[in-house]
Amino acid sequence: MAQLEVEDVIVRFGGHVAVDDVSVRADAGRITGLIGPNGAGKTTLFNVITGLLTPNAGRVKLDDRDITKLPPYKRARRGIARTFQRLELFSVLTVRENIAVAAETRRSWAHDGAHKASSIDAIIERIGLQDCADERVDSLPTGQARLVELGRSLASRPSVLLLDEPASGQTESETQRFADLLRELSHEGMTVLVVEHDMQLVMSVCDTICVLDFGRIIATGTPEEIRTNDAVLAAYLGTKKVGA
Amino acid sequence: MSTFLTFLITGLTTAAIYAVGASGLVLTYTTTGVFNFAHGAVGMFGAFLYWQLRFDWGWPAPIALAIVLLVMAPLFGVFLEVAIMRNLEGTSEAVRLVVSISLLAALVGAANWIWDPTQNRFTASFFEGKGFDFFGTRVTWHEAATVLIAIAVAIGLRFVLYNLRAGVAMRATVDDRPLAALNGARSDRSAMLAWAIGCSLAALSGILFLGTLALDAGTLSLLIVNAYAAAMIGRLRSLPMTFLGALIIGLAEAFWQIYRNDLSQHFHVFTSTYLDTFASAIAVIILFVVLWLLPNPRLRGHSRVREFFPTPSLRGSLVFVGIVIAGAAFISAWTTQSHQIDLANVFALGIIALSLVPLTGFAGQVSLASLSFAGIGAVTMAHLGGGGDPLGLLWAALICAGIGALVAIPALRLSGIYLALATAAFAVMLDRWIFNLPNFRVFGWFNVKLFEQGSVAVTRLKVFGLDTSSPRAQVVLGAVAFSLIALFVVALRRSRFGRRLLAMKDSEAACATLGMNLVGTKVAVFALSAAIAGVGGALYGGVQQSVNAQMFSFINGLPIFMLAVVGGIGAIGGAFFAGISLALLTTILPDVVPSLSHLLLITPGLIGISLGRNPSGAVSQIREGFAPMRQSKVALGFLAASLTAIVVLRSTNTIANWPTFFAALVVLVASVPIGEMFAHKAPAEVAEEPGAGAGAEIPLEWVGITRPFTDEDVRQMDAALGISEVEMYGAARS
Amino acid sequence: MTDAPVQDILLELRDIRAAYEQIEVLHGVNLSVPAASVVALLGPNGAGKSTTLRVIAGLHAPTSGTLVIAGRRVSGARADDLARAGMCLIPEGKGVFPNLTVRENLRMATYTGASLHHVEETAYARFPRLKERRKQTAGTLSGGEQQMLAMARGLAVDPALLLLDELSMGLAPIIVEELYEIVAQVARDGVAILVVEQFARTVLGVADYAAIMVGGRIVNVGAPSELEDELSAAYLGA
Repeated sequence: MAQLEVEDVIVRFGGHVAVDDVSVRADAGRITGLIGPNGAGKTTLFNVITGLLTPNAGRVKLDDRDITKLPPYKRARRGIARTFQRLELFSVLTVRENIAVAAETRRSWAHDGAHKASSIDAIIERIGLQDCADERVDSLPTGQARLVELGRSLASRPSVLLLDEPASGQTESETQRFADLLRELSHEGMTVLVVEHDMQLVMSVCDTICVLDFGRIIATGTPEEIRTNDAVLAAYLGTKKVGA
Repeated sequence: MSTFLTFLITGLTTAAIYAVGASGLVLTYTTTGVFNFAHGAVGMFGAFLYWQLRFDWGWPAPIALAIVLLVMAPLFGVFLEVAIMRNLEGTSEAVRLVVSISLLAALVGAANWIWDPTQNRFTASFFEGKGFDFFGTRVTWHEAATVLIAIAVAIGLRFVLYNLRAGVAMRATVDDRPLAALNGARSDRSAMLAWAIGCSLAALSGILFLGTLALDAGTLSLLIVNAYAAAMIGRLRSLPMTFLGALIIGLAEAFWQIYRNDLSQHFHVFTSTYLDTFASAIAVIILFVVLWLLPNPRLRGHSRVREFFPTPSLRGSLVFVGIVIAGAAFISAWTTQSHQIDLANVFALGIIALSLVPLTGFAGQVSLASLSFAGIGAVTMAHLGGGGDPLGLLWAALICAGIGALVAIPALRLSGIYLALATAAFAVMLDRWIFNLPNFRVFGWFNVKLFEQGSVAVTRLKVFGLDTSSPRAQVVLGAVAFSLIALFVVALRRSRFGRRLLAMKDSEAACATLGMNLVGTKVAVFALSAAIAGVGGALYGGVQQSVNAQMFSFINGLPIFMLAVVGGIGAIGGAFFAGISLALLTTILPDVVPSLSHLLLITPGLIGISLGRNPSGAVSQIREGFAPMRQSKVALGFLAASLTAIVVLRSTNTIANWPTFFAALVVLVASVPIGEMFAHKAPAEVAEEPGAGAGAEIPLEWVGITRPFTDEDVRQMDAALGISEVEMYGAARS
Repeated sequence: MTDAPVQDILLELRDIRAAYEQIEVLHGVNLSVPAASVVALLGPNGAGKSTTLRVIAGLHAPTSGTLVIAGRRVSGARADDLARAGMCLIPEGKGVFPNLTVRENLRMATYTGASLHHVEETAYARFPRLKERRKQTAGTLSGGEQQMLAMARGLAVDPALLLLDELSMGLAPIIVEELYEIVAQVARDGVAILVVEQFARTVLGVADYAAIMVGGRIVNVGAPSELEDELSAAYLGA
């Protein structure tokens, strides 16, 4: 069953079309990658999905229900969580408090014990930050800060997880562990949509990859198909020029 | 027809002055990013200077004009840019706000110092009131000249901005400052030029008001609020729209005067006395509405601000309030009644400042209306707390919370400068209109009593049969109330709701995508803050025993906000600092050292202007300074013993008040080096721990005091000070 | 400057390392740009290309290594001093003032000493299309025209070294080709040009040399024709 569907979305900034009639589908239990050159419209699409940006046209559907008109917080309550490319952590709070804010927010509408200390500890353990759980997050290096954002998203127990460049700023070993965690989450049935520039990571974890260029989807397929797709090669390397 | 024409001309003249003032404001804001709250005060100062030259010294008008508009005002603008505004780059909007509000306060203080406000000053309009006949209506040359000047300013600005290279560079700087620098343009020169022109236009608008308005520092400075409304119609960007906005406001004010009578013949509602002072509030109501109609902004992402407030510990806070209550009880035992009243004021004002801690310190929402809520609280206490009924206090809290929530709703979508302006508009609306109303009925069933166009009496509280009517009881009551509310605020910071507020301050976007309903959270914190301010106002009324509208005016509220921010708005100590320094500056010190009273008028402003240097506030610096003392048991023991000895000496009348004060001060200061002497062992132990573990135990602000700096610390400092790793990283990627 | 013999090395990076706070992003970069030639610096996102440009332009101080321009060690020099010495950086994607007209944009170039007349003349000669649009607000120009305007302003000051960051970003291929024609022509006039590009193939046609950068290191240098195969591996993973 398709969990998240983006249909025919168009976003214009003034005269510039940032997202041009894009449709993307992310399925439960699968990791969908969203790649493309800078400025292709990936983060804009995330903003449309989470409701931070209203599209000029098109729909966003979650489990076949149209959520295009819902404000961001209501979408979150229906199970969409995200991380941010330019970290949006609660900088004066500790790692534990950051996760607690998310868990307590969930408690205000779900009443399911997500806010219990044991649940929060479990998340901290899962992202592997036990050693710095009580440090303020603005003292963490970027790689760990990205993990805190992931942990915070998990605390709201989402069914759809959007990750915006989760591996940038991470060391190689961090990225490795991160990839394992992503696979684990997807095995548990979560719908994962990830924007990432680290091709090693994308190619190794994604089940499906969509390639955006100039606000349009130019290819969709398995990592193997994408690697050999001519349109993708052109998007990344430019069109072949006479004499080159 | 002729009345229509008369009012049209009046409206156009007023509109012209607003336009001149507002265009200067827009120019400095777009070019430098600093919204100059003191723009009106600069205009006021220009008007006073002109009065000095033209009327006091009798210089010819053209020379006086040239000196003020072409020499003094531009020089002052350049001075502002170089000495103050330039240093604000990279600071938060709240800090910029406080600095320009402080400048406003300092200028008003300076004007009242130089030109005695109790003295009446003769002014006259230009051209000695001569005029000409225009379709049967008399138009003075002054009015005609004012309109022509506004048109000339419009054309002149257009010429400068589009035809001179310096003007093009100014617009280029607005577009893209780094790119302008890459081109070799000097952005600091553009800023200087913008400030020079802006101040000159401010002075021009101030001078044009002469002849029609009394020369009063406060009134003239606040007239600019009307110009803010005009500037806001131009979204603080577009000069043509700003001129249009000025036209709308000027004409609306003029036509309200004619048509109110006509309307009241048809609609009963317009005859009510509660519309009597409405005219003066038209501009701020327009400002409020325009702010409300601004297009929905996108949710704020994180702001990297150079502020740093540690989580207060419960134990530390208990010690703090213990000292406050004990100190209040002790000091009040040995002071005169009038000083006891001063001391009681410290706590009442401190509570009003406390209302800003959750709102501004935790949630990052700026409010310039806290004293207005205090006014509502005081009025409530006066009418519903008869006989010192504690229920009056409860009503004050509840009514303020309700009104606070109502104000929050339109303010929800605003942040930063816009929110500050909206709350200022609310405060000025109360101040000019609502607070001056006689008793009136709402919908025929609800009686509203306010200041009854004068002053109303507030009975001091009777709590559980305890009479607090003596001044000393007021001190103790104030200290206890301040302490209880302070502890409540500390508990709030450590609670779920407090975490939620801090999270919202850091990133609204993240909060929303986690499922947080920001509307509820914001309304709640506005209501809470208003309730605290209301309680503070009720107690303040009790201390004063009689309250009037003037005590709760917008202008009087500015120092509370300023000093709370300077003290450190994220901490209860900051609020205490605000209360104590306000009482010191306004009543205690002028009493003790009368020769200082003039200087004290401008001190709050000067303190505020200095904020650019330390955005975390003074209290955090003081805390830092006393860290060695807190770290050392020997120093704490020394302090406790010495203070006990002083208390005993004073109690047995061995020493008088002032020696007591100085002895306490000496002991306090001396405890710091003692702490340092005995604390040298501790840092060595800590430093041996591995970097990461140590970071968890030592608050960042103590690093370098309790143990030496490491590279890791420097990096953490960078992070805390907003030198953002993320941004750097973002810049690193192509 | 233009009379320097061809193949004279105008810009040289020797073992440049640079970091943002504690994260090192350039791990020893070596690169040379001869006068009168176009060198392309290619690589995927996050490889450190823009940081390299920032280091060269004096906007970011390297932690170690040497930067040599026209035989002088200039590591640590300030951006505006370098600009006055004949270096011109056209930043990625935002080289124009959007609310100023074309003419006013060109007027901003006169701060370096050239007269408005000279700036306009050379700009319109190189990009005739700008002349037709001289009264139009830059923000309303097409992406290609904006990039032309940015280049026109940069070239109006007769630089010896031109640094171009992502010239092709967001532009249609045909326009990019047109712009690179001009780049090649400018190089023939003797200017040393370093182009940073993500879209590799477009620039390979005009580049005399190309360097591929991955993970803060230059992994390959050579003539464009030799590098085709390395590129897709660098970008899309092996």
